[in-house]
Amino acid sequence: MGKVVLSAHRESRELVKAIESASGTKTSLCYQCGKCSAGCPVGFAMDYTPRQIIRLLQLGLIEEALQAKSIWICATCDTCSTRCPRGVEIASIMDALRREALSRGKVVKEVSAFNQAFLNSVKRYGRNHEVSLVLEYNTRIMNPFKNAEQGPLMMSKGKLKILPEFIKGKNEVNRIFEKVKAMGGDHE
Amino acid sequence: MRLAYYPGCSLDATSIEYGMSTHRMAKLLGIDLWEIPDWNCCGASSAHQTNHLLAISLPARNLAIAEKEGLDTLAPCAACYNRMRATEYEVRASAKTRSQVEEAIGMPFQATQNSVSVLELLAERYGLDNLASKVTKPLKGMTPACYYGCLLVRPVAITGFDDPEDPQSMDNIMKTLGASPVDWAFKTECCGAGLGVTQTDICLEMTYRILKNAKEMGADSIVTACPVCHLNLDMRQKAIEKKYQTEFNLPVYYVTELVAIACGDEPPTVGTNRHFVEANAIFRQLPAKAKAMEEAAAQAASKKGKGAAKAKADKAPAKSEEPAASEDANLALAKKVYDDEAKAAQLAEILVQEPARAAKLEEILEQDKGKALKVADALLAKKAKEKSAGEEGNKA
Repeated sequence: MGKVVLSAHRESRELVKAIESASGTKTSLCYQCGKCSAGCPVGFAMDYTPRQIIRLLQLGLIEEALQAKSIWICATCDTCSTRCPRGVEIASIMDALRREALSRGKVVKEVSAFNQAFLNSVKRYGRNHEVSLVLEYNTRIMNPFKNAEQGPLMMSKGKLKILPEFIKGKNEVNRIFEKVKAMGGDHE
Repeated sequence: MRLAYYPGCSLDATSIEYGMSTHRMAKLLGIDLWEIPDWNCCGASSAHQTNHLLAISLPARNLAIAEKEGLDTLAPCAACYNRMRATEYEVRASAKTRSQVEEAIGMPFQATQNSVSVLELLAERYGLDNLASKVTKPLKGMTPACYYGCLLVRPVAITGFDDPEDPQSMDNIMKTLGASPVDWAFKTECCGAGLGVTQTDICLEMTYRILKNAKEMGADSIVTACPVCHLNLDMRQKAIEKKYQTEFNLPVYYVTELVAIACGDEPPTVGTNRHFVEANAIFRQLPAKAKAMEEAAAQAASKKGKGAAKAKADKAPAKSEEPAASEDANLALAKKVYDDEAKAAQLAEILVQEPARAAKLEEILEQDKGKALKVADALLAKKAKEKSAGEEGNKA
């Protein structure tokens, strides 16, 4: 009988290390008590609970973790990290997983479309302009009427500006985006 | 007191009343706000889900402008506040991060100043005693649920000014304004605002649970210090009522609105007309509510010394300060809620110690027995939990 290797691929393990360093925490600290998942306010909607996501990483099953719906359902409320008796920064791991998934194009269309539309509005005007944001978001997800019922409601309360305001320093803001991109971080 | 002021995108648009009332509050309390000139968006959750350096550089540009002026920054929006505190934290922690941020924004930035939330400003910097001296129209009779959400109290290393599980600063502010905030379980539970646009159904379920618990615990309103929470609890309340076939009818206030109102402003001038759930009527009802609460308390007090004491000497020490006689009225009330004698007796014991709750329970019972039953169950469960925690503490 030949040799049986039970550990994950080396690349997978290295990727887990990269996730740990990006989130400043260690998955090996986790002893799987499940306190994170018991208190998770979105646990009811997840495919893998936060505890299971950490377990996947402990086992080097990074591909499974990156494909989990959970990482896009996590609301980043930080309840898990606050309660973890081992000090694992679970919410930061979720964040790092989202960014890794994004860099590989493995994303939930709605979430990345929203983030893109939001950041484009900031890049363009220096501030977020809700009307432009929703228009771009709806175009990206090809659903022109998403959230449409709220527009007139908000308008009636004087809570929406039809036209965006440009800040004087919008070039400075644009420059931040360009600089960050040049330093290796792209928002696209 | 002079502070740099960062309104952020929400206070200029979707939560314009938060901006209006923050200005009114500052004026009434004599706090000088210097709006950061030409401020930009902090990037919020979209930036930090996308790129780490971008997420700390966008807030850093604003903070660097305030730092040049030598000012701490007031960021009323909880999301902006959280991103600003995270930026300060990271820039202080690493020289490498600091130089990267400085390069990205093209300005020096050392994070020498601190960002503050409205809660921190009122409870710690301005101080509750000072605040009390400015109150001219106390909110007596109001029973709000103080909702902190996630971003004001977590992560602890970054925000770190109040307890992440059972914060008190907003409750203390409300008490200073004359209100009687309720105890409830969802103070720091996430409302799912970040999922509001993209995964609306999940967000509605989360917000539903918060509204439900507030109502069950006898709240007549909710107070928040976060525009995204407000949008969820207020604007989406109608959709939630429809989806879950229920009625909450809970007005949702910004803490700044209530401060300004208690310090003399008329509700509409601070923006209550901009809410989706009607938010003006409650102030007209307060005198009657306050009177009812006072009467209930007086009734409980007047029964002291009457009726025979039911010896329950093994109970909490607080009880020895309360003459046992008011138990009669409370026991009668408890029996209306529970048929089970033992449970009724337990409930009565709690009510003797907490006359305000007894009054509230009576009021709820008149309207809806099922609801009163739930409130009573919650009270018993809470007491049982406290008791077992106390016993554990003794063991330890």
